Order: sequence, then structure tokens, then C-alpha cells
Amino acid sequence: MVTYIFRRLVTAALILLGASYFVYLLTAASGDPLEDLRANPTPQKQQLMDARTELLQLDTPAPLRYFKWFGGAVQCLVPFANSCDLGKNIAGQPVTEALGFALVQTLTLVTAATVLAILIGITLGIVTALRQYSTLDYGVTFMAFLFFSLPIFWVAVLLKEFGAIGFNNFLRNPEIPLTTALGIGVLVGALTAVAAGGVMKRRLMVGAIAFAFVTVVLIYFSATEWFKNPGLGPVVIAIAGVGIAFAVTLLSAGLKNRKALQSALIAVGAGVVLYFVLQPLLNEATFLMIVILAVVFVLLGMGIGYLVGGYDRGQSMRAAGITSFLVGFLILLDRYMQAWPSYFNNSRVRGRPIATIGASTPNIQGDFWVLSLDSFTHLILPTLALILISLASYTRFTRASMLEIMNMDYIRTARAKGLSERTVVMRHAFRNALIPIATIVAFDIGALIGGAVITETVFSVRGMGFLFLDGISHVDPNPVMGVFICVAITAMVFNLIADLAYSALDPRVRVKA
Amino acid sequence: MAEDGSRKPAAAGIEPVLEAKGLSQGQIVRKRFLGHSGAIIGLVVFAFIFVLAFTSVGYLGIPGWWKYTHEQVSPLVNDGVPTLSLWPLAWGEHPFGQDRIGRDLFAMTMRGAQQSITIMIVIGLIAGLIGVVVGAISGYFRGWAEAILMRVTDVIIIIPALLLAAVMAQLAGRRDQGSWFASFTSTNGVLALGIFLGLISWVALARLMRGEFLSLREREFVDAARISGASNARIIFKHILPNAVGVLIVNVTLTMSAAILTETALSYLGVGVKAPDTSLGLLISQNQQAFATRPWLFWYPGMFIVLICLSINFIGDGLRDAFDPRQKKFNAKKAIDHGGPAVQSSAVTALDGPDHGESRNDSPGTDGFRPGGPADGTQGK
Repeated sequence: MVTYIFRRLVTAALILLGASYFVYLLTAASGDPLEDLRANPTPQKQQLMDARTELLQLDTPAPLRYFKWFGGAVQCLVPFANSCDLGKNIAGQPVTEALGFALVQTLTLVTAATVLAILIGITLGIVTALRQYSTLDYGVTFMAFLFFSLPIFWVAVLLKEFGAIGFNNFLRNPEIPLTTALGIGVLVGALTAVAAGGVMKRRLMVGAIAFAFVTVVLIYFSATEWFKNPGLGPVVIAIAGVGIAFAVTLLSAGLKNRKALQSALIAVGAGVVLYFVLQPLLNEATFLMIVILAVVFVLLGMGIGYLVGGYDRGQSMRAAGITSFLVGFLILLDRYMQAWPSYFNNSRVRGRPIATIGASTPNIQGDFWVLSLDSFTHLILPTLALILISLASYTRFTRASMLEIMNMDYIRTARAKGLSERTVVMRHAFRNALIPIATIVAFDIGALIGGAVITETVFSVRGMGFLFLDGISHVDPNPVMGVFICVAITAMVFNLIADLAYSALDPRVRVKA
Repeated sequence: MAEDGSRKPAAAGIEPVLEAKGLSQGQIVRKRFLGHSGAIIGLVVFAFIFVLAFTSVGYLGIPGWWKYTHEQVSPLVNDGVPTLSLWPLAWGEHPFGQDRIGRDLFAMTMRGAQQSITIMIVIGLIAGLIGVVVGAISGYFRGWAEAILMRVTDVIIIIPALLLAAVMAQLAGRRDQGSWFASFTSTNGVLALGIFLGLISWVALARLMRGEFLSLREREFVDAARISGASNARIIFKHILPNAVGVLIVNVTLTMSAAILTETALSYLGVGVKAPDTSLGLLISQNQQAFATRPWLFWYPGMFIVLICLSINFIGDGLRDAFDPRQKKFNAKKAIDHGGPAVQSSAVTALDGPDHGESRNDSPGTDGFRPGGPADGTQGK
């Protein structure tokens, strides 16, 4: 095992060395970094050119300059020496500094999108695998192919037009005409009926309920101007919480386990009580406080599960913990909605909340809630675009993996010994289907840092992709190398992690020592 | 509910006669492919776009039947609004409308589709060729050849395509140097881009082919061929390659559909096809600011990208199903019609998942090709 890891790391280092030399030469050969100055008519022309030559060490030929750069870059490997030197970019800023800023921007942009895409994609993949060859399966398969074929810059422009400009116009006067409400209701009802599965009667029932619910809610929203003053309130949180409690118990323990259901429901009750207790505290919120509260909610739920106990204490704890966490999330959502009017009427936002470019509104002032709402409204469009694009491969992959597992002999054995369908799917099939998915998830997390060059360009986010493109267009090797090194190292490390995880998760696979 | 998919007797919907009839492998594959409705629709759509794009505005100096070319400026008709209407079906003067200075969008879109299809085919051919050669040599001969070739593959796979394309674009832009490269790219910009992208997108394919060769070379028929005195070249081309051709064709198709998106993305970023020539990505990039005033300039090129890519993906999906030897043609409707008795026979097909092409690799190691994904992570996003 250790030999294997060591061998992989040595190979990776050699590959990295070769590739980085190649990338450096390519970037340096791609043009003339002094080009913009050569056309400069001012008398300081020569001086400026000399300054830049000095800054970027242009008097050294590129094949040798690489080794100067390499000498600085190697120092990054010395721990705690703080002597990391990746050179300076064309504006004289150290690359390490620029990278730090870009990394934060990129991670805020890409993390949420990747996590959501993985969650939604895996869920869809499993559902379509369980309902193979149903209308839902065909529909999702078609959508997966369609999303897979979409150029992201095209999607991004469409989202800007309809998601941002259209929605902002709608918010100016948030009234939904009756016909539109009915239309959306019919659409949602039809989709639910298709997705529900089962016999025709059941599908129609589910569809009709969804139709009635959506239409009534939309009319209510329109009448009360909910979109201007959104909020959930304790009643909605309680109702939704009970729904969550049932759903979580169904998936994690099965509804037959009454103790688990009880503990989940008690957790919802505790959440509703905490809703009132926490309101004054939340007004002073910081990011750290939210994290601590999330942990407290999970612990609280697990505590409730522990006290209620039952024949399987672990299941009760799990059900109550997850439920409690989700109820806490609802409370957080409600608090964000309470802050919405103040954000909406902020002098910088002026009633057009969904932004099309950038990562935050310039010079915005406000408390924690307003500032984080500001980041959300800036992140929502690029996140949507990225989710759409990357959803397809997760869905298809999960579906294929799940189908393969569902046809295995041990699944038939599990059914034959009389386990419930929930146990078969959640415990025997799902866990094993996750093994190959863990591999591609590791790859994708490794690729996170590279950012999304095109998405960053379209939405003017100054992340890693921007740094990279900017470096290329200015024939500036140092930032390009900085980005490349970060991306390549994370990609290789996560590649290794993926392989190790595979052999750890699947005992049939052994790494070659 | 959940039982539906898994317990459904796979055997009932299979056409069991197919293999029993003594058809050749090619015939079986053709039959399966023709029975895949998604793939057939994809094929028809792609053929239609191909013919439309290559006949309408002419290609390689041969004039087409459409009255405008992509560079020709004509007076604005009705402020450039598209004249195409579905009911009553009418073509009109400028079916897709005109841009701000009066160029015909239909001609430009067709020209762009030509470019995208050309690049796609060039990439597919080059990537397929290099991928097969590298994969075959490293998988068949092993040893030093494999070590060197696979390390080269590793190096190329982590170099971002964007950088290479940008470097090429910059080099091509320097016409003053008069090098053969600059003169070639300035006259054949699209071809050069295709060749260049092809030279870097073979890596995933080479890894896959290596995997295929690694497993096939251990099989008995290869031993038999070797004992009967076949040369290495004969074993590779006559015995192993025909058995790996399914994986090859499917993945070349998928590489091609990813190539379309790569090309449009590069053109969008300004390092692919450059004005005065045009491509679908470039058209979108030029017209995205005009979305509010002239949305059609944005809709039609985008629709064509999606249509081409989607049809290629469906063809690839159909090919994958057709070539997979474990795959049985399954028809859910037939299975329901046939009803009960087939349940007992499902043991035969216990291993049949419908999407084997996407199933996992059994060996870890670096062969984790993501099916259908772009060869490099950056381009798709």
C-alpha cells in the first residue's frame, strides 16, 4: 500500500515536472509580452519596456527562465517556511496573492454548484433506475442528453435574460394573473403525475393534488404580495417539518419503526420552539454562529433520538438528527426571507436583486443577512448554469451503476429472505451503487479548483479561470503556471484518493502494491 | 413500485431469434442500431443538418443554392426580423433574419454549422487514429513502449486544451513571420483548429483502447493466432482490433460530440475560429449583447449547436447499445404484452444492465474515463 502510494506520488511529480515545463514554454512562445508597449507613443516607452523586462526577467530565454521560476516554486514545498515564490504577474502583483483571492472566488462559485449537482444527479439517477423504462425514465434520459448538449455560454445568456432581467421585472409588480397560476399548476400537476408512477388512478390523484396545491399557493402569494415580503412563519415550518420527519424516517428507518418516527416528530417540535427562542439571537448572527447552531441542531436531534431510544437506538438518532438539521435549515431560510425586504430596498440594489455579473454588489452596506443575501443573488445564476451542465453525467452514471447493482444476485437474495423494498434499495443496493460514484465525485472535487473558465467569463467572476485566461492573453506565464500547478496537483491528488477510496470501499479491488 | 425495473423479466422483450439466426456480428449490430429509435431520429436530424449546411451556402468554392453568403451584406428587410413562419409554411427572404449590418443569418448559421461539423469530423478522425495506434502499441506490447506512451498521455491529459488553443491562435495570428504554420493556418483556419484539437483529444481514447487491448491479448484466440504463426501486426489488426471496434466507434462518437462543444467554447472565448470567418460559437459571442433587441441572432446558432450535439449523442447512445455484446435489445412494451412466463427465464439475463458502456472500470488506476464527458474537465464548463 505504502509502496503503491509512494510510486504514484513519484510518477505524479515527474509528470508534473514535464507538463509544467511544456506549459511554461507554450505560454512564453504564444506571443510578445511587450506588444502593447511597442505601440505606445509616449516618450517613456523605453523605460516602461525596460521595467517590464526587469519585472518578468524577459532577458532570460524562456527555457532557462522556467528554472528560475521552478527554483521559487520548489520553496512552496518547504512547510511553514513562508518563502513560497511563484513569481509576479504582469502588473507586479505576486502570483501567490492573486491565486489566494481567485481561489476564494472560484470555490464560492463552484462548490455549491458541484454539491447540488451531485445530490440532485444521484437522486435522479436512483429514481430513474428504480423506475426503468417508465415515462419518468425516458423523460429524465432525454433531459440528461439535452443538458449534456447545451453550450454553457448559451445557457448563461438565457439565464441572464429570463432568470435575472425577467424575474427582476416581475418583482417590480409581483402579481400572478389567474390564468398563469392555473397554467403553472397544470404543468406541475402533469409533471408530478408522470413522475409519481403506479396505476393511472394513483397518478391522477397525485397530479390533481399537486395542481390544486400549486395553484392555491400561487394565488395566495400573488394576493399577499409574498414575493415582496417573503417568509415562512412557525406554522409553515411546523407543517413542512412534519413532512420532513415522515420522509426522513421513511428513508432512514422505515415508517414501521415507530420510535424513530416519534423522535423525528419530537425534533420538529423542539425546532418550532427554538424558532421563537432563537429569533433575537439570530439578529446578531455571524457565519460562525450559524455553523455552531447547525452542529447544535444535529446534536439536539441525536440527543432526542437517544432518549427516545427504541429497539434500534441508532436509527432513531439518525432520523431525528437529520430531521432536526433540516428544520434548522428551514429556520435559517425563514430568517433570510425576513431580511429580504431590507435587501430589496437597499439603495445599492434598488429593487433589482438578481445580479447578472460579478460576485457582489459594489459598496453594499448591511448586516450579515443582507450581505449573504447579496452573495446568494449573485451566485444563483452561475450555480444554476453549472448544475444544469453537470447534472447529466451524474444522473446517467448513477442510473447505470444502480441498474447493474439491482441485477446482482445478492439483491435477489436480499429480496428472497423477505427484506422490505426500502431495506433492499437503501441498504443493499444504494450503498454499493455509491462505490463507483465515489470515484467520479473525487475526480470532480479535484477539478473544482480549476474553476469554470467559461462560466467565470460570462458572469465576470474573477476566479481561477479568469486569472488563467488573463495570463494567456497578456502572454504572462507566471499566473498561468500558478493556476496550472494548483489545478494539476489537486487533480492528481484526488485521482490517487479516488483509486484508494475505490479499493477501500470495494474489497474485491486491490491496489497493485 | 421499485420492483418494476428490476424484477421485470428482461427476457420477454428481447428478440431472442437474432443470435440464433446465424447472423454475422455486423448484421446483428446493424439490426440493433436500426431498432434504436432515438439513434435513428438522431441520425436523420444530423443528416438533414449536414445536407442543409453543406449544400445551402456552398463548400470549398462550390456554390450553394442559397442566394446569400455569410459575408454578403444586403439591405435590411423589416429591420432584420426573421421571415420564417411555420403556419403557413413560408421561407421568405431572410428565414433566420439579418444582423445589424444586414448579413443574412441563415447563411451565417449554415456556414457556422459547416465549420463545426468539419472540425468535429477532423477531430474524430485524428483522435481515433492516434488513440488506436497509441492504445494498441501500449496495450499489446506492454513493457517500455507502454510506460513511455502512457506517461506522455498523462502529461498531455493535464495540459489544458484552452492553453494549447490560445497558443495556436496567437501563433496563427502572427502572419508577418511567414512561417509555414502561420500561412497554413491563415488559409485553412478551421482545418488547422480541428487538426490541433485532434492532436490533444486522443488521450482518453488511447487509455480506453489500451484497456481493451490489455484484456483481449490474454484471450485464447490470440494465443491460437500466435501459435499458428501470425505476426504481431496481423494479430493486432486482424484479431484484436475487430473485437475492440465497438468501444472505439462509440467513444469516437462521444469525443466528437464533446468536440463540438469545445470548438464553440473556444470560438466564444476568442481563440477558436476568428472573424471574418464564422462559427456557431463565434456567432453567439458576437450577438449576445444584442439579445434584447435581436434575439433571433442568438437563438438560431444556439439551436443548431444543441441539435448537432444532441443528435450525435443519441447516435452514440444507439451505437453503444448496438455494439455491447451483453446488451439485449429490450422492449418494455413487448415485455408487458408477453406477460408472465418470462419471469422464470430472467436468470439468463441477470447480468444485463442496459448501460454497460457506462459501468465502472474494474481496475482502479488511471483509466477512469468518464463516459461521454469532454476529454478535459475545463471545456464543458
